[in-house]
Amino acid sequence: MAEELPKMEAAAGVADVETHLALDQPLLRIEGVAKSFGTFRAVDGVSLDIRAGEFFALLGPSGCGKTTLLRMLAGFEAPDEGRILLGGKDIAQALPHERPINMMFQSYALFPHLSVRDNIAFGLKRAGMARADIDTRVAEMVALVKLEGLEKRKPNQLSGGQRQRVALARALARRPQLLLLDEPLAALDKKLRESTQGELMELQRRLGTTFIVVTHDQEEAMTMASRIGVMNAGKLAQVASPRELYEAPRSRWIAEFVGDVNLFEGEFKLRDGHRLVIATRDAGTLVVAEPRQPTGETRLSVAIRPEKVKLSRRGPVSEAGRETAINQLDGVVADICYLGGSTTYKVKLDTGGIVQASVANSARLDADAYSLSQHVVAWFTPDDCVVLPP
Amino acid sequence: MSARRIFARPARFAAIAPYVWMVLLFLVPFAFVLKISLSQTVIAQPPYEPVFDLTAGRASLEAAFAALSIDNFKLLVSDDLYVYAYVRSLTVAVTATALLLLIGYPIAYGMARLPTRWQAVAMVLVIVPFWTSFLIRIYAWINILQHDGLLNQILLALHLVSQPVVWLSTDSAMYIGIVYSYLPFMILPLYATLAKMEPALEEAASDLGAPPWQAFWLVTFPLSLPGIGAGVLLCFIPIVGEFVIPDLLAGSNSLMIGQTLWLEFFTNKDWPVASAAAIILLVVLLMPLLLYERLQRRQLEQGR
Repeated sequence: MAEELPKMEAAAGVADVETHLALDQPLLRIEGVAKSFGTFRAVDGVSLDIRAGEFFALLGPSGCGKTTLLRMLAGFEAPDEGRILLGGKDIAQALPHERPINMMFQSYALFPHLSVRDNIAFGLKRAGMARADIDTRVAEMVALVKLEGLEKRKPNQLSGGQRQRVALARALARRPQLLLLDEPLAALDKKLRESTQGELMELQRRLGTTFIVVTHDQEEAMTMASRIGVMNAGKLAQVASPRELYEAPRSRWIAEFVGDVNLFEGEFKLRDGHRLVIATRDAGTLVVAEPRQPTGETRLSVAIRPEKVKLSRRGPVSEAGRETAINQLDGVVADICYLGGSTTYKVKLDTGGIVQASVANSARLDADAYSLSQHVVAWFTPDDCVVLPP
Repeated sequence: MSARRIFARPARFAAIAPYVWMVLLFLVPFAFVLKISLSQTVIAQPPYEPVFDLTAGRASLEAAFAALSIDNFKLLVSDDLYVYAYVRSLTVAVTATALLLLIGYPIAYGMARLPTRWQAVAMVLVIVPFWTSFLIRIYAWINILQHDGLLNQILLALHLVSQPVVWLSTDSAMYIGIVYSYLPFMILPLYATLAKMEPALEEAASDLGAPPWQAFWLVTFPLSLPGIGAGVLLCFIPIVGEFVIPDLLAGSNSLMIGQTLWLEFFTNKDWPVASAAAIILLVVLLMPLLLYERLQRRQLEQGR
């Protein structure tokens, strides 16, 4: 068994995370953690630092290892390799009940035979808290998640949204140093999910607890988290802020997983100041901004987000326009997908490829909307392009 | 409603079929037994009186009714022999059911935690003994438990005993036989309850600071109570009336009520006393059943 952990302190609400830590030390440090099931390497050498007070999201498709990583943090799986340091102490082999970490389960895992009150009090009783203190803390938690008046109900007498709140209150009741949330909103319908996202963020800001949320929903991760770790095939593909992840993805896979993207494969031709000229197979010659880190390869991919692609009936007339709209692609509208707030046009280029353009519907009566088979020019600036390895 | 209209509607008939079954195969025979239990034994054919003769007219029927008495029941509750038999039956049933629960629960729990494809295998292993006749399996135990049987050979070979132990005609042999025979009836309902329980519940308990035994005691155990109730009833009720196992494996110095009933019926040819014994047994067994049903109904109401 690992060293004695300050769980009781945390549960009693005494722990002040920062005082335990040196200033430059992260709250949680994951070092080269790996876990295999049989021959399948579910988590393959993940290293990650998480600061106290962060709202971190682990994002990835199903089977990418994000849940396994979360379960190792909670203590339900022991890593085969690597260390998990919480406040500087290695907890990799500690049992779940010895960790000052709590988890909100995807299924909520509420105890069906206990009332809302007893569900929330479960962890407090295990920590040996005095009865009066338990009552105070439960009342506080019930108020926090707005469940007043439902304390005596059993879980099966609650709606999905109410159950989610009980699960959250139960996991927060012990005032964990770290709260793990496994797909916390997956079981809610869309409208409720959006309002709950806001509430979770508000709650996290108010309590200052470090949240790690696992999700396969990139919008959810982008909305809530301050930093996102994208996982693929057991490895962390990129750790970045939502904006950076979207605007500067590190690989084709990430660019395609996070949001929609137009990708054109091509070959590096020449350098012109801070710009590269790339001959693509499907979209002719493109001029793109030089990447921050040179790829050092001649075969490259150019990625452009659909909302960065502008459409017009003919090319820009003015000199200034011609300067920004360096990349101009002629084509015809092949498909129109009206989404309410925006419309996505698929333009079949004369050079053979297809480019997607997302146009905001900024006016209610849009006389300028494009119609099928119409000739259009799709254009974008060099700075809108991201150069990626093939 | 006429019978023709009932039979014209298959759905209605399906709805009353269970009642027809109950009346023909339970209530009518029960009425016969009840009537015999109120009669007196005689050396005749049939071996009791009065006999209701529906053709003999009203006066003789009334006389027959007047001749019924509860003497047999009085005898049963006043004679130590019968009282002991009941007490022993209940003691054996309680002890055996407790043993079954202690042995069956860990097995069911282990099965429920196996990987899914192994659960099916474990299930077959539990059920497989039923493919052999019950009597043959009990005779096999006689073989295993006898003086130079397998059990004694193993114990001697392991030097756990210096000379063969007498197993046959002891209570130990009887308990071995009962526990062996009834184990599937304890395991299966427990397994069904434990297998459908969400594994995340125990994880949630340990995540909230409960060491493994607390997680079990505070979450898994209370949630498995319906399975425990079903398993206990499925074992307890038939064990109280058990006849074959105590007759073949236990000693003859103390009898269970099933054996007493057999003796009264076949050896003493005292049908009325045997019937009365059966009626009392039924009443004794109905009590835990009603209790269980009330508990279950309360649980349902709470759950709603």
